[in-house]
Amino acid sequence: MPLQQKFFAIIISLFLMVFIIELVRRKKLREEYSWLWLLTGTIILLLALWYDLLQWMTSLIGAGLPTSTLFFLGLVFLILIAIQFSVKVSALHTQVKNLAQENGLLKNRIEKLEEGETPKREK
Amino acid sequence: MNTSSKILTIIPALNEEKNIAQVIDGIKKNAPFCDILVIDDGSSDSTAVLAKTAGAKVIHLPFNMGYGIALQTGYKYALENGYHYMAQIDGDGQHDPQYIKELLEIVTSGEADITIGSRFSKNNRNHTYKAGWVKRTGIILFAYITSIIIKQKVSDPTSGYQAINRKVAKFYASESYPSDYPDADVIIMLHRSGFQIKELPVVMYQNRNRKSMHSGMKPFYYIFKMFLSIFLTLLRKSELLNQRN
Repeated sequence: MPLQQKFFAIIISLFLMVFIIELVRRKKLREEYSWLWLLTGTIILLLALWYDLLQWMTSLIGAGLPTSTLFFLGLVFLILIAIQFSVKVSALHTQVKNLAQENGLLKNRIEKLEEGETPKREK
Repeated sequence: MNTSSKILTIIPALNEEKNIAQVIDGIKKNAPFCDILVIDDGSSDSTAVLAKTAGAKVIHLPFNMGYGIALQTGYKYALENGYHYMAQIDGDGQHDPQYIKELLEIVTSGEADITIGSRFSKNNRNHTYKAGWVKRTGIILFAYITSIIIKQKVSDPTSGYQAINRKVAKFYASESYPSDYPDADVIIMLHRSGFQIKELPVVMYQNRNRKSMHSGMKPFYYIFKMFLSIFLTLLRKSELLNQRN
């Protein structure tokens, strides 16, 4: 790998990792979302430093150029991160749904109490 | 009908100020024995006020969450408040309330756990309902698939005109219930959980002024979602759903 490429890959991965850790330190990013990003950074760094590994992976996936392997891996990680977000959004959706329903039910109970009715609760 | 049973009619409604009072009056006339609950799904008009004036209980959701979620809220309410049987009817006047009593009688007598009002049943001569061709194809297709899977004739799996007992309500209030788009998949889930399903011919009217949930690209999404949901329902172990006993 040309020195220029190597240099850039190392700079970018280091910047990414420092940035992620800083976000977690300042509580802007939760730990549970940081690991996939840190893993991405680590792998870019590893492949930039260890050219033989990159070449081995290139021949493994049948890509023509080591650069393609890097793009491919980058894409795979972005997909994984997007899926992680979809899963979390789904969980949040369920929570918001239950909160909204609970909110409606509670409001109804409060109105009843204010009107002087005693609601009977059965389980 | 057993008069000691507590019965609730649930009406999910979104911006139905034109129809809601009429629907409530229709239910009061045809089924005076039941309480009426309107779930105001974040309406921006005066649906909630009109429903209250017409004599219904009203639950107000803080923002629009969709038909299935509004409905589920109603079932959570019914379970909390000890209702034995529940009916659900649309708030737009599409369902003729004169059938509520018949729908309920089948579940209160124990003949079935759930009754579904069908606009397409063979012996329903006067069906006035018309839908777009995509949706119609979807309904026919899923009616066919559902009928095969549950080994029982289902002609209108899309129908939101139902009566159920408490056991089914528990399922409807659980996270297994596909509250984003309940349809044919619910019938299959109910069947796999061992519930008795019955269909009753009813009259439905074309909804007059509603931006239907089955317009635009929605019918295509409906078909896709149903295929996916039915497929996944069949993949799940039925014990996961089994809450009958």
